[in-house]
Amino acid sequence: MSNQNSKLKILTNGFLNENPVLRLVLGTCPTLATTTMASNGIGMGLAATFVLLCSNIVISALRKIIPDQVRIPCYITVIAGFVSVVQMLVKAYVPSLDSALGVYLPLIVVNCIILGRAEMFASKNNVVDSALDGIGMGIGFTITLTVMGSIREILGSGTWMSGLDGLLPFLPEGFAIRVIPESIDPFTIMTSAPGGFFVFGILMAAATWLTTPKAKKQKAVEAAEGGNA
Amino acid sequence: MANKLIVTAAPHITSADSTQKIMQRVCIALVPTLIASVFIFGINSLILTAITVAACVLFEYGYCKLMGREVPVGDFSAVVTGMLLAFNLPATLPWWMAIVGAFIAIVIVKQLFGGLGYNFANPAIVGRIALAVGFAGRMADYPKPENGIDALASATPLAVVDQLGSSDYLTLLLGNHGGVLGETCAITLLLGGIYLIVTKVISPMIPVTYLATVAVLSLCFGLDPIVQLLSGGLMLGAFFMATDYVTSPTTDKGKLIFGICLGVITMLIRHFGTMNEGVSFAILLMNLVVPYIDVLTRQDRLGIAKAKKGGAAK
Repeated sequence: MSNQNSKLKILTNGFLNENPVLRLVLGTCPTLATTTMASNGIGMGLAATFVLLCSNIVISALRKIIPDQVRIPCYITVIAGFVSVVQMLVKAYVPSLDSALGVYLPLIVVNCIILGRAEMFASKNNVVDSALDGIGMGIGFTITLTVMGSIREILGSGTWMSGLDGLLPFLPEGFAIRVIPESIDPFTIMTSAPGGFFVFGILMAAATWLTTPKAKKQKAVEAAEGGNA
Repeated sequence: MANKLIVTAAPHITSADSTQKIMQRVCIALVPTLIASVFIFGINSLILTAITVAACVLFEYGYCKLMGREVPVGDFSAVVTGMLLAFNLPATLPWWMAIVGAFIAIVIVKQLFGGLGYNFANPAIVGRIALAVGFAGRMADYPKPENGIDALASATPLAVVDQLGSSDYLTLLLGNHGGVLGETCAITLLLGGIYLIVTKVISPMIPVTYLATVAVLSLCFGLDPIVQLLSGGLMLGAFFMATDYVTSPTTDKGKLIFGICLGVITMLIRHFGTMNEGVSFAILLMNLVVPYIDVLTRQDRLGIAKAKKGGAAK
């Protein structure tokens, strides 16, 4: 395998194969809590991606200096620093997103994806690979949150991308694409917690199905038919 | 000789009852209530029932075909789910919402978990709850009976229970008041329940303990026990929803615990909660703990002094 190829693989790993939310099942708390609207999902995803990228780079650069016994406090300190930066930036420039995400923005500090990638990847690999991993995982996280947010918002409120004007200032205020006409009652359970779990479970099943090789699928079907499920 | 000796693992005594037969009997038991609801709410209730039944059967057939599973043709379980779901909906509900409910009941609750026998909760109950939470306004839009008496005509009687006098017992019994399709007419539900008990489809343990617990608790809370028993979804829930084989305990002791807990949760929600009715949530909650009740009340095997861990737990 050429060097180029392995770099690309690190980057794309987080998209689907090792999608942090759907395959590694990390960071489910912000996933369920912030995906009531697609635009919140995008905002949360981008904020986490920024923190993930920066913390991966710094932790990877310091990996030989940080003593093994106190590595977790060190990682948390680095992550908390970047989260503070993000929080201040969001508060200053996108206040609508800050009020929408609420407590989940500072809680990026304890997002398992970031600590998980620091522990699993950045502490063992060089700076470039860690940066690529951070970007890949961040993109995977953002895509998942956006897809989940879209499904929940369309079914639960009948609109799509409402609140995007907070992220992109050139859009008119109160921007929203109406997908389902207002005459049809929205299925409001989708925007509440149970709907979050429904969509999460179905997307997880889809991701597992997409990433399982065909031969293994056949085997699983046979096993299911043989014994009881 | 070989034909007379059964050389397989237990059980060796089988009953002639099949799933199909049992489910058909449940359908028969539900018919009087359906007829009553047509009298109370008009032809709309029959159409709604037909739609949910058709949707449930089609979703079951379609999902099994799609997944290459054996199609459970004619085991009537989807028909029962469809009827029970319709009985839990107000007659004015838009038809597409009923189809959404059928999808949740059959595909999400039943088939995704492995089909009949593997569903973690009663499909119709989850369908109802998902609709009640998702379309709260529509689901609480109880229609006026076509020839109803005004005192009770607006909401479920549980909402106005304080203003009820004892003269309204007959109205509650005949079901001439607002509510979902199949919960109002207590007398036909009772009739269906007794039919099921007589034909040994259900054991009387769950309904009797459930209703008795509700009656005792309503006395404790200073409520009229007869009104509490006859109104809301209690009769429907106690006889038809809580007794589902898959989601109720197998032993008598387990059934006793199950019935009492159902009654306690129902009364707690009715008396202290913000909602008027708690039957469906009580049944869902208790459905989820059935596996634990089953494990805790398992019979000791004959001839074994100390029960060891073992045996195929299903």
